[in-house]
Amino acid sequence: MQNYVWLIPALPFAAFVVTLLLGRWWIKAESHWIPILAMAGSFGLSIAAFIQIRGAEEPVIVRMWQWFSVGSFQVPLAFQIDQLTAVMLLVVTGVGLLIFIYSKGYMHGDPGYYRFFAYMSLFAFSMLLLVLANNYLLLYFGWEAVGLCSYYLIGFFYHKPEAAAAGKKAFIVNRVGDFGFGLGVMLIFVTFGTLDYTGVFAKVAGGAVGHNVLVAIALLLFMGAMGKSAQFPLHVWLPDAMEGPTPVSALIHAATMVTAGVYLVARSSVIFASAPAALLVVGIVGTFTAIFAAVIGMAQNDIKKVLAYSTVSQLGYMFMALGVGAWSGAIFHLVAHAFFKALLFLGAGSVIHSMGGEQDMRCMGGLARRIPVTWITFMTGALALSGVFPFAGFWSKDEILGKNFQAGVYVVWFVGLVAAFITAFYTFRMVFVTFWGKETRSDEKTCALIHESPKSMTWPLILLAVASTVGGFIGLPGSFGVIQRFLEPVFSRASDILGVAEPSVGTLDIVLMVVSLVVALMGMGLAWLIYVRRAQDLPQFFGALFGPVYRVVYNKFYVDEFYAATFVRVAVDGSRSVWHNFDEKVIDGAVHGSAWLWQNWGRVVRPLQTGRVQNYLLGILIGVFVIVTVVVFL
Amino acid sequence: MTDFATQLGFRGLTLLTFLPIAGAVVMLIFMRKRPSAYKATALITSIFTLALAIYLAAKFQTGTSGFQFQENSSWIAGLGISYHLGIDGISLLLILLTTLLSVLAILGSWNSIKDRGLAFFISLLVLETGMLGVFVSMDLFLFYVFWEIQLIPMYFIIGIWGGPRRVYAAIKFFLYTFVGSVLMLVAILAIVWWYAKNGGGLTFDILTLQKAGFPVSIAAWSFAAFFIAFAIKVPMFPVHTWLPDAHTEAPTAGSVILAGVLLKMGVYGMIRFCIGFFPQIAVRAILPVLILSVIAIVYGAAMSLVQPDMKRLVAYSSVSHMGFVTAGLFVFNQQGIEGSVLQMVNHGVLTGALFMMVGFFYDRTHTRMISDYGGMAKPMPVAAAFFSLFVLGSLGLPGLNGFVGEFLILIGTFQYAKVFAVIASIGIILGAAYLLWMYQRTMFQQANEKWLTLKDLSAREIVTLVPLVGMAVWIGLYPHTFLNFLHAPAQNILSQVQPYLAEHGGGIAHLAATLFGGN
Repeated sequence: MQNYVWLIPALPFAAFVVTLLLGRWWIKAESHWIPILAMAGSFGLSIAAFIQIRGAEEPVIVRMWQWFSVGSFQVPLAFQIDQLTAVMLLVVTGVGLLIFIYSKGYMHGDPGYYRFFAYMSLFAFSMLLLVLANNYLLLYFGWEAVGLCSYYLIGFFYHKPEAAAAGKKAFIVNRVGDFGFGLGVMLIFVTFGTLDYTGVFAKVAGGAVGHNVLVAIALLLFMGAMGKSAQFPLHVWLPDAMEGPTPVSALIHAATMVTAGVYLVARSSVIFASAPAALLVVGIVGTFTAIFAAVIGMAQNDIKKVLAYSTVSQLGYMFMALGVGAWSGAIFHLVAHAFFKALLFLGAGSVIHSMGGEQDMRCMGGLARRIPVTWITFMTGALALSGVFPFAGFWSKDEILGKNFQAGVYVVWFVGLVAAFITAFYTFRMVFVTFWGKETRSDEKTCALIHESPKSMTWPLILLAVASTVGGFIGLPGSFGVIQRFLEPVFSRASDILGVAEPSVGTLDIVLMVVSLVVALMGMGLAWLIYVRRAQDLPQFFGALFGPVYRVVYNKFYVDEFYAATFVRVAVDGSRSVWHNFDEKVIDGAVHGSAWLWQNWGRVVRPLQTGRVQNYLLGILIGVFVIVTVVVFL
Repeated sequence: MTDFATQLGFRGLTLLTFLPIAGAVVMLIFMRKRPSAYKATALITSIFTLALAIYLAAKFQTGTSGFQFQENSSWIAGLGISYHLGIDGISLLLILLTTLLSVLAILGSWNSIKDRGLAFFISLLVLETGMLGVFVSMDLFLFYVFWEIQLIPMYFIIGIWGGPRRVYAAIKFFLYTFVGSVLMLVAILAIVWWYAKNGGGLTFDILTLQKAGFPVSIAAWSFAAFFIAFAIKVPMFPVHTWLPDAHTEAPTAGSVILAGVLLKMGVYGMIRFCIGFFPQIAVRAILPVLILSVIAIVYGAAMSLVQPDMKRLVAYSSVSHMGFVTAGLFVFNQQGIEGSVLQMVNHGVLTGALFMMVGFFYDRTHTRMISDYGGMAKPMPVAAAFFSLFVLGSLGLPGLNGFVGEFLILIGTFQYAKVFAVIASIGIILGAAYLLWMYQRTMFQQANEKWLTLKDLSAREIVTLVPLVGMAVWIGLYPHTFLNFLHAPAQNILSQVQPYLAEHGGGIAHLAATLFGGN
């Protein structure tokens, strides 16, 4: 493993360099080949690493070179492969490969075709660096780099002001989170004298560090996670990020980058397990975000916005799992979500593609017959997201709810259940409004052009649909869970600290499963009732009933407006006011004032220069008199 | 440190310092009327100077803390003034930066100076000699002479080839700096006089004076005078207002050199004199300096946020970035000091590059107003790509050089007192905001019709930028090459202040700790 691991990130990086330098003038419309091949290579190597690391008790460390070496501050550029990294590698390269292939069809003919593949490759490199890092600073490197790629790709259609603004917003909101993350890294170094995972975790487990410091570290790290994984109140960038091309939304804003926050907390499980107060915060934020975003998702009309809020909500579930120390449960949901949410985004992309760029669901409808492959695969993803047996989301969501129930936090379990109901509702609202009905609510020209997407797009959909269908079986409850056992070496230390009980499957699990299944079906049923059965009058009925509430939800609880009126306003207007009133008036005023003083001093003194020798002599005499007086008498 | 070459009579530092002015003399005598010839001579001269600097770096012994390549001969013996040159790792990095930026400044203003070109390029070369002289001088008098020499060409560069408000800017620059110069002169005379009076003999030798051990009474006032002089140069808050005007009105090469090198002379002076001569006062100044530094970080960033003029924006960002540099220097630990010096190089590379790029845009559009731009990525994709790299480096993206320096400084500051690291980190958030906002409004969004026919960067312009990209990536990924020069000087600084840290600095750190929870 020592000799090939570096290739996993290096291949996409090479693809990035080559595509960026040669794409514009030379490779042009063939720009997809090098990135796809590089991704396939990384995927193959990831499989190899995955197989080799299976069952290993200790992580494998691969050192590249010393990055920092200043006094006691020693940070290597080194990779660490353990089971958690291996799972993440497979998700990033596997889902990434499918999305790259899909992009070949989706981005076909775009003037920035080469640019797209170059940035996507850079993203893959950065994300792989993030999960391969063996220390917090290198993790931070990857973390910032994926944020940069996200910035570029959200703003891919840079001539659109909304796209350019969304990219900037994403980066800055993430920076707010990274403010905490960065300080967390510093605090880790000052506390432990190292940033290497192994060194830090050993010292935490050794119990040499005070509880309060650990809570501070955990919360600072979590602040970063909240930014990257779009948790309330730093969730505002993700829905705007949908301005990017759809494959970007699928890869970066659903399957991989946004889960980096979950990865960070899971990676730091030892620290969080030793800081229960921080863990509680993680759980609360996750739970609140899960239901908060789900509620907003009910009222969105843009198909990608629905999926974006759904992603925020599902990430909330993952933190909900972490909150009770269900580390592998969170990773399980991360994997399952990567499958079905990538599928849904790519499906939505296929819909948008067929509709000539239309994203408003109110202009769709009746698409099931026109684009059958997209419809069936999208339906699979929807069932998985809603948590219907036996699709992937059913198992992973149930694992999270079950763990919370077992841990005795019934409030979280109940809120999670309600959120699951809402999830099923908004998901099938989306399905029904988009695919159901007899005709498409659009102009004739668009309707005439509706067509199924090319094979390069439908094949990734089919493969992801298969993964979303059977993927859940890697995480069956209790001792049947393959992924739980696989991840065991990574999380055993944290689980020991928390004292999480050995999993066992009892009747309780079965009951809980049935309950969540029933809840999901109820959500779907309600959606059917409103959008299919009584499509004519019920929406108006609910609209009248919940009018004001609906408006608040539709406007996403005015969080953006709140930020604009407070932080942004203070920063911009306040700075402007300080600039004009302090920098220009006070400081420069003083400078100009002293210059003025000198000039006028000259004007005052000038009359003394009379040219009459008598006057000068008088002056000299007075001067001598003064000096003599001073010297003699003082 | 005498190596083989010096034994042969190779006076490397003299050659380095006066090579530019020799080129200028040749230009003046032989090439008055031939622009292509004198431009080529200027470029070649600066390239040779850079090559010589690199040669010296290769010969430099990194492990030792002493000054190397020393040359010492009596100059004005009666006054104890000698022609004493020498460099340590800190001066070496700044020399490399100076010589590199001089080459690029000449290359970058190849076609943008239409009027009195000969005088302009001669000014640049004289300026280079002045700057190099400052970094190699080991005699206070010599230092002061060079310090004043480089003021004159800079004054002309701003005042003759500058923008519409150039005269105002030049005078403001001159007055501010002049106040500093006077204070410094007084301080120099005071310490030399005290040393002579107390039996040390009349000498301006820096190393000798560093061992003088001035009493607090004289040290405190001299420290203050030196510090104000250098703080103006850096510039620290609140004596920074010359900088936005000077940067904005100066021609591109002037801004590049001003931001890239001249500001560093302030910090360099602090290291050599404020800390070198008066360590016992320097440790007492930790808290005030840190407070002014973090104010500069946040204040400069906040000002940048609302600037309508690209050059002013970059200028105010310098105030913010230099705040990091002064903070890192005065926390007195290995990470802080090395980060501080490295960040000077980084700032020179990145801000130099940003000014260069603004200059390239200005050459085409004749405007610096952000609102006049928009969608530049369409006609000028290559320029947009370069610009984005420098913007990202400047906002501290890991993998590029800005992050390395900034993070070392933050780590150093965090160890001293957490609260300052926390406030400084706010500056980093604002950094992302003002830089990306500018980038969005200039490069992205709807393309301005007027600019759609603009030509992308020429080969010459790309050649100018590529070395800066190289430096940004090199330092970002493998800072070891450069930090290696700094280990010994940093330890040297630490050993100077160490005896007093426990006494006073520790006391203040302790105070800070009780107040803000540092450790």
